Amino acid sequence: MKSIYKKIENFERITEKEGLKLIKYGDFLQLAYLANKIRFKKHPDKTVTFILDTNINYTNICNIKCSFCAFYRDKDDKDAYTFSIEELKQKIRNAERKGIETALIQGGLNPDIPYSYYIDTVRELSKSNVYVHAFSPPEIDLMSRISGKSIKDVLKDLKNAGLKTIPGGGAEILSEHVRKKISPRKISTNSWLDIMRKAHKLGIMTTATMMFGHIETYEDIIEHFEHLRNLQDETHGFRAFIAWDFKRENSALGKMSIKDATGMDYLKIVAMARIYLDNFDNIQASWASQGKDVGEIALHFGANDMGSMLVEEHVMEQAGFRAESSVEEIAELIKKAGFKPALRTTSYKVVQYL
Amino acid sequence: MKSNALGVIEEKIDHRETINIEDARSILESDDLIKIAMLARKIKFQKTRDKIYFVFNKHINYSNLCVSKCKFCAFYRNGNEPDAYTMSVDNIIDEIAGMHKGIREIHIVGGLHPNLQFSYYVDMISSIKKHFPDMNIKAFTAAEIDYFSKISGLDYESVLKILKDAGLDSMPGGGAEVFSERVRRKLYPNKIPYEKWAQIHIIAHDMGIPTNATLLFGHIETDDEIIDHLFKLRHLQEISPNFLCFIPLSFHPQNTIFEGQIKKVDAVRELKVLSLSRIILDNFPHIKAYWVMLSPKVSQIGMHFGADDIDGTIGQERVTHAAGAKSPIGLAKEKIINTIKNAGFTPVERDALYNELEIYN
Repeated sequence: MKSIYKKIENFERITEKEGLKLIKYGDFLQLAYLANKIRFKKHPDKTVTFILDTNINYTNICNIKCSFCAFYRDKDDKDAYTFSIEELKQKIRNAERKGIETALIQGGLNPDIPYSYYIDTVRELSKSNVYVHAFSPPEIDLMSRISGKSIKDVLKDLKNAGLKTIPGGGAEILSEHVRKKISPRKISTNSWLDIMRKAHKLGIMTTATMMFGHIETYEDIIEHFEHLRNLQDETHGFRAFIAWDFKRENSALGKMSIKDATGMDYLKIVAMARIYLDNFDNIQASWASQGKDVGEIALHFGANDMGSMLVEEHVMEQAGFRAESSVEEIAELIKKAGFKPALRTTSYKVVQYL
Repeated sequence: MKSNALGVIEEKIDHRETINIEDARSILESDDLIKIAMLARKIKFQKTRDKIYFVFNKHINYSNLCVSKCKFCAFYRNGNEPDAYTMSVDNIIDEIAGMHKGIREIHIVGGLHPNLQFSYYVDMISSIKKHFPDMNIKAFTAAEIDYFSKISGLDYESVLKILKDAGLDSMPGGGAEVFSERVRRKLYPNKIPYEKWAQIHIIAHDMGIPTNATLLFGHIETDDEIIDHLFKLRHLQEISPNFLCFIPLSFHPQNTIFEGQIKKVDAVRELKVLSLSRIILDNFPHIKAYWVMLSPKVSQIGMHFGADDIDGTIGQERVTHAAGAKSPIGLAKEKIINTIKNAGFTPVERDALYNELEIYN
């Protein structure tokens, strides 16, 4: 283990095997120490950024019904909905009024939505002052299937309509045997990576996520990291990595007997991501995932970003999880942790120090 | 702060030397949270290796009537409110009897009650001991002992002697708050000052009653007042070495007059004070990351910040489990053991006196 620590301290890349040993047997504080070292090499000052955004889920109708999800509905369910483009525009106008600069737009995989809806959504919403960050790879895949167009052509259409970045959702765990169990109808690891590759090559930057804390093993997590690191070497199109822990309430997967991720588990993942994903600039500490306490502590485990101050978020809320906060509160938390809070854009540029 | 202040402290720890006030200030001023944790954990490993202690205990708060009316307190009542209560000794016995058999510690604290007689407290202890001879009774803070002395006209020695004879095994560490006259005058002018708190604990120690010690922080105290508090306790332990455990407690402003004025202290600060306690109190056998105060998440993380104890299950509920179902206590036990193992430590079930009852490998 000492030789692995040494390697990391010398900013050398670790192998899959070393990564696995580290995540299994590495000392908790040693991981934090090493992760911080890398964080301060990449970002020598103490700035910790976050973004003020709104999360608009345009539909909750979804036909892939992942077992970890509490958000999806059948189209006949009483509380099923799909927003019209007019309604989306109204939401964007509301966001604009609140001074929100970015909207994260994602939804279920609703096969009844026509292809034009997605393109029009981007085109119409991009006319506002709110930056549109929309559609994760499973949605792009659906657009390709319903339109008969290639992934590349779909991405081109979206880009021409004004889309500049796409979120990193739908990755869950990029390991086939896990996906077959928790999300058998969601796109495969290779499709996810391929869509991201094509987006990056068209100049559409993205983030990458991971949802852990269910049935995955440490091997699966390292496999996930390895896929991301390889693609990043190839394209440099990932701006950030974001880990979420699985929220069990109201989902099929949650009813199976599995244990919740602890705060320590979360911190370890953040530190491991910082160490393994040596070609990623930004690692998020999602305060919304594990609560403010753990989010704050994660800034000492290699994270340099606090994620977003969401104004509207529905997916986790459905899973019985609600974390409320304000810009002031997040800024204060960052200060108390010993860092300098700043608001950023989706491209991780500092807008304003707080 | 000197640039290598934490390095200097590390050398001292390696040589088992105690840090000084300047060192302590450097710790609280430093932003290097992980290094601080490593220093504290070093001392934890020196003392208890990879063990983390927990206990099955039952809290009895016999009354919420209190004449002290400390400003940071959300618990006290004057007596005429609908939720004011005082438990009879029979109530207390029933409450304990309703609990799971695995309970090893009864933790008893209450307010400074306006009209109960000293005999009530003596009865309480002797009845519990009579009914539950296997349980450790950890009862009454120094503030209560001082109050018993006032209402009975007996001196501290006599009060403690009578309680010990009735079955008192150990004393909790409450009522210490912050050992600062400035803070005491502002927040808890009716509570005993440091000198009396110390006197009572020394008398208890001499009598063979081990005690704990606490610190209430995150209100109006300064860094130096925290540091002074910890060095005072270190000194007390030197002259009267019968403290078992130190518990830093963060102030929760909700439902006190400070709600809206003071924010609850943040987790990084809580961990820092926990580590600082472990580092200064190098003559205390145990430091507790009390999960009820810290939240289970932060308490687990606290195991890597110098704590070797996370307290226990604190059952308030009567066990009303249906046949075949696991009792809440049983679930809690499994959860505590898993949490400790998940953190990479060995769970050790203890009694109030830190006798090891079972090691869960």
